[in-house]
Amino acid sequence: MALVKREATIGQGEAKVGMKHQETRFPVVSVILGTLSLIGMMVSIWMIFLYAPTDAIQGEPQRIFYFHVPMAWLGMLGFVIVAIAGTGYLVKKDERWDWAARASAELGAFFITLALITGSIWGKTIWGTWWTWDARLTTTLILWFIYIGYLMLRSYMGRTPASARAGAVLAIIGIIDVPIIYESVNWWRTLHPPAQVGVQDALPPSVVITLMVSLTTFTLLYSFLMIQLYQLQRAQTLAQQLRASIE
Amino acid sequence: MTFPSQVLAILWKDIRCELRSKQTWISMGLFALLVLVIFNFAFDLRVDNKAAIAPGALWVAFVFASLLGLGRTIASEQEKGSMDRLMLCPVDRKAIYLAKLLGNMLFIGVVEVVALPIFAVLFNVPLFTGELLPIVLLGTLGIATIGTLFSAIAAATQARELLLPILVFPLIVPVVIGAVRATGTLMVPSINEPPWLGLMAAFDVIFLSVSMLMFEYVIEE
Repeated sequence: MALVKREATIGQGEAKVGMKHQETRFPVVSVILGTLSLIGMMVSIWMIFLYAPTDAIQGEPQRIFYFHVPMAWLGMLGFVIVAIAGTGYLVKKDERWDWAARASAELGAFFITLALITGSIWGKTIWGTWWTWDARLTTTLILWFIYIGYLMLRSYMGRTPASARAGAVLAIIGIIDVPIIYESVNWWRTLHPPAQVGVQDALPPSVVITLMVSLTTFTLLYSFLMIQLYQLQRAQTLAQQLRASIE
Repeated sequence: MTFPSQVLAILWKDIRCELRSKQTWISMGLFALLVLVIFNFAFDLRVDNKAAIAPGALWVAFVFASLLGLGRTIASEQEKGSMDRLMLCPVDRKAIYLAKLLGNMLFIGVVEVVALPIFAVLFNVPLFTGELLPIVLLGTLGIATIGTLFSAIAAATQARELLLPILVFPLIVPVVIGAVRATGTLMVPSINEPPWLGLMAAFDVIFLSVSMLMFEYVIEE
């Protein structure tokens, strides 16, 4: 959300008048975040494949867990940010909140798709099945459907205030619904291995450190991509306004 | 006009429209029956697996039929241009939402009243008990609260028939799970089941309150 505030100061009024002066400021934040995520990625890959110990029972396939957990985390974080930005839009009626919501929805949908794929690959080697109707898996799949519904709705409705409001409403209902779905499927049946991070002596410290580095790196990557997509949303809106002013 | 009379006035308008055209009720009812018939072929409902399949078949029929009717709620208003006039009326947006919700529940309810006895006859299951009534009522309320809100959203797009199920199905999953399990427990009593009726009531209250608050943002011009 600091992102939106930063934009609020530099992009003031620009959207209305349609880029009076071309913005030529050097993108400091983007460069820093991009460099950090590049370095982090290299460190993570080294840690995941060389530093972290091989799991005694699951063997090498367990290493996909260091990719799967951050992706699933970003898939969920992405939707939380869509809902927060949606609420911000409904309260402030400011288009910038909507750009953030759209950018986060695209990113979140991407990461949650990867989380479903990596999870399936892990499940095939360890459980012997690609898919099972467990609470976490089912909830993730339904969240994926909500993401896709959100993106479809937004692309059908175009860049209008009505579209932004509808998206915000869908995101708010979704964020309230996802925990309810999780609990109701949980009462129904569950199989996913419970989280073991934080449980005393459950995991060796090198595993926890690798996971934390991987989580941090992926979150940095998310922030970096978030800024790029936000700028893209802004550029697209401006392009549309300019085209409309010519016609 | 007070709030309840506003709701009743809009509801009565919708009922009169529907009584004259009859298009929604008849197509929804026929559709529900057809789904039940198709399920009979799809799952080959013999005596041994009936209890496992029948609640699911019943609720899939109800959900699909509801979606047909829900798509019409706001769309029919927009086709005739009466939505703008409804918005010009000095009524609370929540009254419009509640009236549309009650109308949808009534339409779905009529379909259910017709489909349930036929379901019981076709599938030969003992479902004529008073205990089924709260399950059906709470399940329908859950589907209709989310469905009414999103029919207003989908009506604003070009592809509302495509979009409505895609938006509604994921969100009503908890209600559908609750309704199917509660119906199943009614047919084959089992222990260690969570109190599905109470859970459904809780889901409905949450969905109803959030949808009522959100409706005004959806139809705002």
